[in-house]
Amino acid sequence: MFKIVRKKELNPSVTLMDIEAPFIAKKAKAGQFIIFRIDEKGERVPLTIAGYDREAGTVTIIFQKVGFATKALGQLNEGDYIRDFVGPLGKPTPVEGKKKVCVVGGGVGCAIALPSAKAFKEAGAEVTVIVGFRSKDIVILEDEFKACADHMYLMTDDGSYGEQGFVTVKLQQLLEAGEAFDEVLAIGPVPMMKFVCKTTEPFGVHTSVSLNPIMVDGTGMCGGCRVTVGGETKFACVDGPEFDGHKVDFAELMSRNSLYRGREAEVTEKHACRIEKMGKDLIK
Amino acid sequence: MANMTLVKTPMPEQDPKVRARNFKEVALGYTAEMAIEEAGRCLKCKNPKCVEGCPVNVRIPEFIGKVAEGDFKAAYEIITSTNALPALSGRVCPQESQCESKCVRGIKGEPVAIGRLERFVADWYRENVNEMPAKAESNGKKVAVVGTGPAGMTAASDLAKKGYEVTMFEALHTAGGVLVYGIPEFRLPKAIVANEFTKLEAQGVKVMTNMVIGRVLTIDELFEMGFKAVFVGSGAGLPMFMNIPGEALKGVMSANEYLTRTNLMKAYDEEYDTPIVKSKAVAVVGGGNVAMDAARCAMRLGAEHVYVVYRRGEAEMPARLEEQHHAKEEGIEFKTLCNPVSIIGDEDGRVCGMNCIRMELGEPDASGRRRPIEVPGSEFVLDVDTVIMSLGTSPNPLIRSTTPGLDTNKKGCLIVNEDEMTTRDGVFAGGDAVTGAATVILAMGAGKKAAAAIDKYLSK
Repeated sequence: MFKIVRKKELNPSVTLMDIEAPFIAKKAKAGQFIIFRIDEKGERVPLTIAGYDREAGTVTIIFQKVGFATKALGQLNEGDYIRDFVGPLGKPTPVEGKKKVCVVGGGVGCAIALPSAKAFKEAGAEVTVIVGFRSKDIVILEDEFKACADHMYLMTDDGSYGEQGFVTVKLQQLLEAGEAFDEVLAIGPVPMMKFVCKTTEPFGVHTSVSLNPIMVDGTGMCGGCRVTVGGETKFACVDGPEFDGHKVDFAELMSRNSLYRGREAEVTEKHACRIEKMGKDLIK
Repeated sequence: MANMTLVKTPMPEQDPKVRARNFKEVALGYTAEMAIEEAGRCLKCKNPKCVEGCPVNVRIPEFIGKVAEGDFKAAYEIITSTNALPALSGRVCPQESQCESKCVRGIKGEPVAIGRLERFVADWYRENVNEMPAKAESNGKKVAVVGTGPAGMTAASDLAKKGYEVTMFEALHTAGGVLVYGIPEFRLPKAIVANEFTKLEAQGVKVMTNMVIGRVLTIDELFEMGFKAVFVGSGAGLPMFMNIPGEALKGVMSANEYLTRTNLMKAYDEEYDTPIVKSKAVAVVGGGNVAMDAARCAMRLGAEHVYVVYRRGEAEMPARLEEQHHAKEEGIEFKTLCNPVSIIGDEDGRVCGMNCIRMELGEPDASGRRRPIEVPGSEFVLDVDTVIMSLGTSPNPLIRSTTPGLDTNKKGCLIVNEDEMTTRDGVFAGGDAVTGAATVILAMGAGKKAAAAIDKYLSK
């Protein structure tokens, strides 16, 4: 059992939790992920690590309450326990030897872009951060990014905060202005990552993307997370989760990610009572 | 006077039509009367060949003698003096190629049903006695067991008996390895596996789930933590694919994924949140035991048609005959001498068929089996919406890639000496991690041998 030691609502649909997991906290690196399972009947859900405190023995996760499992997790509170929490899985972000890096985060993807931005900074790179949100009310982690970035640009789709436009607009401007990044790391919704790759391609800037496909075990056993990268089949859980974005087959990834869509709504409805019950049990 | 009936006492089974739609155990086991009757068929050979055929050398005629006398407890004690997990081996061992293949009764007629008797004794004990083993006095030496499958379970049990303080590490959320994620409930009820872990815990064995060794802790860190020896029984869990067009379509998955969702994550149980594809027609590609398990799960999950697609002939199928027979009884259709060429998808990227080609058998290849050759112009489309690849597995690289000095062969299997020790001092290994995909009983045999070798190593 793993204890939730801190819970903070970052915006109406995004929640931060610190989970007591000393073994993982000791080993975790930016770019790696964990898999959680709330209870015996729950799904195994992968989440990229948003931070860790090696001394306190905690791992930070930040998640959007979109599916049944994340909604149920959002119902839990400080002091509650979850059944399973395993990691750190996957390969860390390769941060060594980079001089000038641009980290692009979209929406809740910013949560996992942050530790990588910090890791690049700690490894000695000059770090530019571009974060994008739909609108002002869902902006997260602004101060944290400001604290680690050399240059920070905040974009909103509707212009209600920061500059108006997609992250790719700012990225394009910077590249056109001659910014010589030796690495761009994009983390966010799949379409955003795809367009970041399209933006950087003509400039020949190496671009990594962090993928979060459907998976079960996270150790290479199920093969459910396979993605085509440069014509080869890779397992996101062990070969990734970060890959060369210019080689990723995004269309295939989007299609595969929709496998259980529709079913999710069904389960959420079926289990609406279970979420409620879970809440009640915990109040007791 | 021995019971000279030429055939085994039949074991009751669920009706095929009924069981094809449920996950309850297929074979129902002997009653005490049936067991005593079957035990009477054993000739108690002075030089029992069956014992030689058993990877853990169960004293077969002795335990069967006790069954014949109706002393099932004594029979259990004889079995467990060499085999810690008889309820498992009695169910999943390929007895027809091991103990029973050596039985003199098999020369004229059927051999003694050793597997069924072993299962009976183990079940009888669990249901009537189930005494928890005592915890041995600690010798103060810590041993780590990586992987909680049959190899690790056997090694842990034997080491705990000798007083070692054993901690087992499991990557998944439930202990048991392939016994819980791979082998379906209808062949091996999970409550039986769980009972074995209750026994291990009674012996003082600690089981830590959610621990991926190679990631959260390395083998070297286990030594730093005070473990004096490490046994690696991490299995062969990496699935293979065919690399044919269409494998990325929605509805194509590895048997590992399909079985894990079904067995470990209980997708068949409405109470669980585990998603699984709902299929009308399923093709399982491959001819091993895992393919049979996947096909039979697909039938139970509601498919109308389930095909086993295998490139060689039925005679060459590696699956146990009993499994093939059970699968056929349940309505699974065998498409042998048939190989997938590509998988066809609809506009939404979902599987809507599989292009296949007929095969014929040519000259024997390196494996001694006749090589399958395509029959030109024999392509046809198999109408399926799900394709499950069951082509075999290879060992996971997580441990070898994070442990300096741990040598593997070309296939990624750990290299061990005659004492099951790897190329790293104090690191032992056994089971599929060493042999590549094999059987539960061979893994148990390796775990047993490694436990003895670890004891010798730490007693120096």
